[in-house]
Amino acid sequence: MSGFPVSGILRVRMKAKIIITPKKAVLDPQGKTVQNALEHMGHAGVTGVHVGKYLEIDLAPGTDKAAATQALDDAARRFLSNPVIEDYRLEIVD
Amino acid sequence: MRFAILQFPASNCDQDCLHAVRVAGAQGRFVWHKETSLGDVDAVVVPGGFSYGDYLRCGAIARFSPVMQAVKRFADDGGLVLGICNGFQILCEAGLLPGALIRNRDLRFHCEQVFLKTVNPATPFTSALPKDRPSLMPIAHGEGCYFADAETLAGLQSRGQILWQYCDASGATTESANPNGSLLNIAGIANERFNVAGLMPHPDRAAESVLGSEDGLRVFEGMIAALGARRAVA
Repeated sequence: MSGFPVSGILRVRMKAKIIITPKKAVLDPQGKTVQNALEHMGHAGVTGVHVGKYLEIDLAPGTDKAAATQALDDAARRFLSNPVIEDYRLEIVD
Repeated sequence: MRFAILQFPASNCDQDCLHAVRVAGAQGRFVWHKETSLGDVDAVVVPGGFSYGDYLRCGAIARFSPVMQAVKRFADDGGLVLGICNGFQILCEAGLLPGALIRNRDLRFHCEQVFLKTVNPATPFTSALPKDRPSLMPIAHGEGCYFADAETLAGLQSRGQILWQYCDASGATTESANPNGSLLNIAGIANERFNVAGLMPHPDRAAESVLGSEDGLRVFEGMIAALGARRAVA
């Protein structure tokens, strides 16, 4: 088995990548605990850790990028993140 | 008085709430999350549990269920809505209450009895609670740390929307009496109209003396009394 496409047209796969992080003002005990553990492991110079979420959303090939960006931005703001406690970054890659 | 008790996949305090409502002297029935109408009811309880497995965020998915659209309309019309534990999280996610509930400060699930100071006794949810001592109710949650931005907190304080704060046996709202890191020791709040309230402690699990406390029953009794007064006026 080869990992390379043998023939035919390469189908473009689109993905949306959404990174959700706790807002700076919000207590992030998980990040703090991970930071402490990194320090115990000897990692010097770590001044902060913020634990969030990463969502990868598969989109049908040929999806209109601008429309998808708008729709997913709306979903990220209304549902995938909670603006009271979280920030998000959305990126669409093809 | 007729109470609707919502049921989501993985609600686990629905039976407790129904029982508590009946002990308090009202009628209750379950309303499944796929229902688009609450039917003819006087109050709604959003019970505790782990709706939709707490996936994404606690309450984030439940909030979009058909029944929550009905609850929103019911609340907009002035109906009484009480959210307990996961129900509180759902009401915050739905925007019916301000703020959010995040992981406990120590990252641990807390299952213990707590003392609660009634900060504002002049609401349907708090009027029947003891006035001379803190209430005693259990908590059981991993994400009960109340957070809101400074402006929201100031608004809650000035309008009397903070209904309950974690306190010690003497009623002092100390840092050590705060089980989860909630800002201002907040255990429960109401909306600006005082017809929607949510709290992390479980009044449903403190509704009979055999459970160690009857203080929780007073929350339901207060709601029933308020509904009775409304009916008398109408």
